[in-house]
Amino acid sequence: MNAGSEAVRRNSVPPTAADAQALEATWRDPPGAMGWLSAVNHKAIGKRFILTAFGFFVAGGFLALLMRLQLARPENKLIGPDLYNQLFTMHGTTMMFLFAVPVMQAVSVYLVPLMIGSRSVAFPRMNAFAYWIYLFGGLMLYVAFVLNIGPDAGWFSYVPLAGPEYSPGKRVDFWAQLVTFTELSGLLEAVILIVTVFKLRAPGMTLNRIPLFVWGMLVTAFMVIFAMPSVMLASTALIMDRLVGTHFYNPGEGGDAVLWQHLFWFFGHPEVYFIFIPGLGFMSSIIPTFSRRPIYGYTAMVLALIATGFLAFGLWVHHMFATNLPEMGKSFFTAASMLIAIPSAVQIFCWIATLWTGKLVFKTPLLFVLAFFVILVLGGLTGVMLASVPLDLQVHDTYFVVAHLHYVLIGGAVFPLFGAIYYWYPKITGRLMSERLGRWNFWLFFIGFNGAFFPMHLLGLQGMPRRVYTYPGDMGWSTMNAIASVGALMIGVSVLIFIVNVVRSRRSGELAGSDPWGGGTLEWSTASPPSACNFEAIPVVHGAYPVWEPRREPTHVAGLAVNSREVLTTTVLDAEPDTRMPFPTPTIWPLVSALATTGLFVGSVFTPWAVVWVALPVAAAMTAWFWPKRQDTNASVALERAP
Amino acid sequence: MSTLSTTGGTQSSAMQRREASTRERVQVRGATLDVAELPSFGFSHRSLMWWGTLGLMAIESTVFALTVASYFFLRSHVAVWPMNSVPPELRWGTLNTVLLLASLWPNHLAKRAGEALDRRKVQLWLTVCLLVSLVFLGIRVLEFQSLNVRWDGDAYGSVVWLLLGLHTVHLITDTWDTGVLCVLMFTGPVEGRRFVDVSENALYWYFVVWSWVPIYAVIYWGGRLL
Repeated sequence: MNAGSEAVRRNSVPPTAADAQALEATWRDPPGAMGWLSAVNHKAIGKRFILTAFGFFVAGGFLALLMRLQLARPENKLIGPDLYNQLFTMHGTTMMFLFAVPVMQAVSVYLVPLMIGSRSVAFPRMNAFAYWIYLFGGLMLYVAFVLNIGPDAGWFSYVPLAGPEYSPGKRVDFWAQLVTFTELSGLLEAVILIVTVFKLRAPGMTLNRIPLFVWGMLVTAFMVIFAMPSVMLASTALIMDRLVGTHFYNPGEGGDAVLWQHLFWFFGHPEVYFIFIPGLGFMSSIIPTFSRRPIYGYTAMVLALIATGFLAFGLWVHHMFATNLPEMGKSFFTAASMLIAIPSAVQIFCWIATLWTGKLVFKTPLLFVLAFFVILVLGGLTGVMLASVPLDLQVHDTYFVVAHLHYVLIGGAVFPLFGAIYYWYPKITGRLMSERLGRWNFWLFFIGFNGAFFPMHLLGLQGMPRRVYTYPGDMGWSTMNAIASVGALMIGVSVLIFIVNVVRSRRSGELAGSDPWGGGTLEWSTASPPSACNFEAIPVVHGAYPVWEPRREPTHVAGLAVNSREVLTTTVLDAEPDTRMPFPTPTIWPLVSALATTGLFVGSVFTPWAVVWVALPVAAAMTAWFWPKRQDTNASVALERAP
Repeated sequence: MSTLSTTGGTQSSAMQRREASTRERVQVRGATLDVAELPSFGFSHRSLMWWGTLGLMAIESTVFALTVASYFFLRSHVAVWPMNSVPPELRWGTLNTVLLLASLWPNHLAKRAGEALDRRKVQLWLTVCLLVSLVFLGIRVLEFQSLNVRWDGDAYGSVVWLLLGLHTVHLITDTWDTGVLCVLMFTGPVEGRRFVDVSENALYWYFVVWSWVPIYAVIYWGGRLL
């Protein structure tokens, strides 16, 4: 910002105190309310993103508790059918669109630059924009819910139920626009992550030295790019059917309801893996640290991740076995569904080998990781069962499916995620979370989870359909429903303990230092919490676990500006130094653009003309965002060197 | 102190030679890897925005491909296609296709001028590109009028309007982008990276043109040949 007027100063190795001070001043977000709204530092945005996602997790969990309260005994009068429909729709929509997918991207917005030795994510302003869009989309959904226009057609909004004929009013329109918000944010984050991993790795971090969590997020980001457009297209067509009279899903005029299912599940099945693969990444980060050894079978792990990414696109029809598709086609999807067990098993065996041959340190993060093995294996086994067409037809739309999907998603992603929070919390805050509360948190969650969801397998086999607001007393379902409700309550208490732990440790937790667990990847080589620029001197990488490896020269990068934002870019495959490029400064325009875009999306629910007229402020805000400030240009010109 | 080698900022036109010289600009001295002599911007795959643009192109190609797939899916469920109308008139759509393909040339020249850091030529060719884009948009209005079906007539009409609408959104946004960049190139402030933007703006236009070819085939010939 000030490099135009004063001479360019560059960092030395090791960095001097003056370097560190100048870097901090250059890279931190400006103070004050305006500065907070203009923030672009990936750690500031990452923290907000994680907190917001957990906020939605708590909200979605609260809705689930209300449902369990209603189902705790037969013929309960607590919640009526209309509110119940909104509850399960809001719960599913929140957990899938506002928690599970965004939280993984949120964690990686914070962590990936630290793990690959960079000062920032690529496109920090777009990162801020993606966060605001996500926040505003979620708020829109909850405002609608509070005003009794919450969506009520289920989280996958099947037509014709969600179409104009059977769902008049605005409820499903808000659902469709929520999808537009969250998928826009998710797609932008995917592009940001890919470019970050491709171009901003520290020198020497070749493809076979990238941390496995980062590999997982890279595979996820590619899947997002090819899957999320499908649900955006589907929901856009749905809202057009509802608002401007198109006939995509109207069989009376040549439309087709199964088209919705194809478009939705072409996204929806890969979506399970957007949630699951980052969970695998957490596993692969935590297991080596708490086994005190590098991961067993790094190359096999990476190939398994990539294979999972491809196979995940061949499974969507197994959600549609109850439609009139050709039996031959269904057999293909059964085979593909069985096949995906192979790369999953490769990873599980590699983790077991790592744990088996390591020296285990039983801290809270490892407990959550070990629970993964129990819960995910159970969820995986019911998955193999559901992949067979006859069994699927028998239990379709029963509690068996509810049990299966919670075992897979909570076991595969939420348990590792909690482990990850315990693991990286000291990096983010500088303080450790309480181990004692951590154990309470873990055991209540583990027991409560199995109490809540294991009985649902049996309820499903006994024929209890999902999404019913109550059931008669003489069906023999009462005891198991009561057990499930007690389990849900235990999860609630466990999450409450987690929140207390997070809040209390922030002030009074044990000081962590830069590497409290003895981790081997780059984020543990910098301060906790990291300074605004992450690394005063960018490290040079010589192996997959730089912190564990003997010192080799060169150790660090010199020659990046300290009084102006500058990052080092490297080549995609070999991570050789490529350019040192000027980087964007904080600005209010991403927020203004996000507000204008929100106006467009929400306005379109009420009149299609909003798309035309509100596009003007969107275009104006984005142009102002792009338009270079003379100050910034001068700073760049001072550092400029043509290729 | 081992200097690998340093070549000055010689103006070599071939991009490969530029890259080769970049690697030699890095110096290793003991613990230090000195990058002060690296360039501060680069074209093509050396630019972050190039990769970002590629990411957007992948997303938008997926949207186009899925919409075309929906077209064929809907086609497979009815006996007659178009359902209740005649296929679109060929005149304006075909004219626009020819013009779009021809516009690759001024875009190529703008891209080349950008990569040569030649501000005068960039101004010239961006202006040409912008004017040409406005002509497309004018003809696009006529295209909508010659579809011979409304979006709310039947499922065929819906999907044809969606396809043409999606592509038109790309035409509009890229026309706007080109306009903003063109004005900036006249008014400033300009730095080296803005020439990278010019190059990537042209790349994105290539995408808008080439994605049109299959969409044209589906909209204008799908109703005739299927």
